[in-house]
Amino acid sequence: MTATALQVEGLNRAFGALPVTRDVNLTLERGARHALIGPNGAGKTTLVNLITGALRPHSGRVVLNGEDITNLSQAERARRGLARTFQINQLFRGLTVLENLCMTIGERDGHCSNLWRSAGAKRVVIDEALDHLDSLQLVDDALRLVRELPYGRQRLVEIAIALAQKPRVLLLDEPAAGVPSSESHLILDVVAALDPDIAVLIIDHDMDVVFRFAREITVLVQGAVFTHGTPEEIMHNEQVKAVYLGQEGHHEGHHAGQGARHG
Amino acid sequence: MLDARERGADYLVRRHYVRWPEALPWLIAIACFFVFPDRMTFGGQVLIMIMFALSLDLILGYAGIVTLGHAAFFGVGAYTVALASLRLGWSEPISGIVGSGILAGFVGAVVGWFILRYRGLTLLMLTIAFAAMLQESGNLRSDITGGYDGLPGLMFDPLLGTFQYDLYGHTNYWYVLTVLAVIFYFVRRIVYSPFGQALTGIRENVRRMHAIGSPVHRRLVTVYAISAAIAGVAGALFTQTNAYVTLTVFDFDNSAKVMVMLILGGTGRLYGPFLGAAVYMILEDYFSKLSPTFWQLGIGLLLVLAVLFARRGLLGLAEDARGLLAGKRGSLASRRLVWKRDYWSALGSSAFDGAVIGFLAGFAVNLKEADLMTSYVTGMPERALVFTLGGAAIGAGINAVALLIAGRTAVEEPPS
Repeated sequence: MTATALQVEGLNRAFGALPVTRDVNLTLERGARHALIGPNGAGKTTLVNLITGALRPHSGRVVLNGEDITNLSQAERARRGLARTFQINQLFRGLTVLENLCMTIGERDGHCSNLWRSAGAKRVVIDEALDHLDSLQLVDDALRLVRELPYGRQRLVEIAIALAQKPRVLLLDEPAAGVPSSESHLILDVVAALDPDIAVLIIDHDMDVVFRFAREITVLVQGAVFTHGTPEEIMHNEQVKAVYLGQEGHHEGHHAGQGARHG
Repeated sequence: MLDARERGADYLVRRHYVRWPEALPWLIAIACFFVFPDRMTFGGQVLIMIMFALSLDLILGYAGIVTLGHAAFFGVGAYTVALASLRLGWSEPISGIVGSGILAGFVGAVVGWFILRYRGLTLLMLTIAFAAMLQESGNLRSDITGGYDGLPGLMFDPLLGTFQYDLYGHTNYWYVLTVLAVIFYFVRRIVYSPFGQALTGIRENVRRMHAIGSPVHRRLVTVYAISAAIAGVAGALFTQTNAYVTLTVFDFDNSAKVMVMLILGGTGRLYGPFLGAAVYMILEDYFSKLSPTFWQLGIGLLLVLAVLFARRGLLGLAEDARGLLAGKRGSLASRRLVWKRDYWSALGSSAFDGAVIGFLAGFAVNLKEADLMTSYVTGMPERALVFTLGGAAIGAGINAVALLIAGRTAVEEPPS
């Protein structure tokens, strides 16, 4: 059974006179593994912000599971099953890892409107939170404050929170960014093991990551969709190579080469 | 040994359990009645300020809403009972505070709905502006409010129809203490509820709260209204205690003072308001008797001390001390303490802090005798020197002792 999980139609957004998103169309089927790539400043994160509702588009539509969510707030979209991770961690640093998860589940299920019962009284919530931590091997850190964790572990908490939202569409904004390469495989394993029902959009620079997970790739250049296709097609697309090699230099080209070997 | 899962669950399940030290503030409050029976009017004022600070703690300490206009709601409550008694002839005290709470809460909800779209400095300015607007409107209609001359000679019915307000404030003390206990119970439940958790989430990271689907604005307006209601009750009790109210209850001073009390005691800690308000009020009382002209300098010194040594308030300081004695690193109690192996720079900086404080302390002591601030250094060089050096020695000494006990010196981690 396939159905469209997320559809972006003709999205436009400008900051002042500078158009940062130009007529972007994007479709994520249910269970999609879609990558969004593009050189620095291509407008990838802006696009994520437009989809999640952190920013409003000047024109165009965002449709989630058949429902037009263009005019909904960020929180309303999240409650309808649209989750994201941030390029730079956005966590409750002064709280424990477990509390970070319980909060997410509490907000998801609407417990957080309750002013009277103790937060600890809902064992279901705590157990579910621990299950999520278990699956990411974070249980031993459950009672540590997030800010005391090494960055790589914090990155995992970031993903754990997004998963605890039980999303149907998940946007991962550079999930392994800032993590030393010795630890990044942990995060990539988690990403690889995501529930096949969730539609995932991965935004990344790292061609390794992209070619390893994506079944579809959209290339964004200067705010517009440059091209779109399977990893095979993108890998052999001379124009894409030119864009990447031309603007990103040798480093990214090297990664693209590695990606090709993976493919 | 419990496994990690059980430990985690256990921590959350037990977190809201009542611990025995929590009885302490209440026992002290009751003991005060028997130890200082002739100071109960003052005692009632302290309890009212505790309640006011508690209302602020809910929004500042838990939800992270910074406001310098909380006196607005205190004032709404204060004037509700005053006007109800004087203009409508409604002088029953308990229904008076309930009505004040409801009205102040309603005002809080309406104002909050507008201003809580903003954060940071913008919000701060809006809260100040709102309190000033209320004060000015009161001044404009001084025929109703009595303006800055106030509404004197208010009379309230006996409590529960039996207990008369007495000259020594005995009845009032028990009355205020009871109301405080009831309100504290509500606040404590809220703080440990899932809603309270969501508030800390908003304080810690509002972007993430939006991303996990939290209706942030609704949560903030809700807690703002609750906080306003509590402030309103405190204001109503203030009027009933004094049988007098003027527009000065809306003063910026009042808003700032309650914030200072809260920060002094420690924000986001439930008992911070108790300690902060009590210490502040008692010292204010003491200093103003010591030097009616310059008493504010004493309070200023206290704040300098708090900023240098107790960034997280007196309760934060107590937690650090406990962590230091337990010698634990990274425990929940001492989680903000970092250990510095660079002994000399730690000793040097604490000596410098001590010197500054010593200098200021000498200044304060001088006031008592000379009441002449300018003559401190020129007129009494010996004292200036002794206090400054003494302060430096004490400052370094404190850390030196820590060095001896723990083999390390402690400094506080800068806020990130």
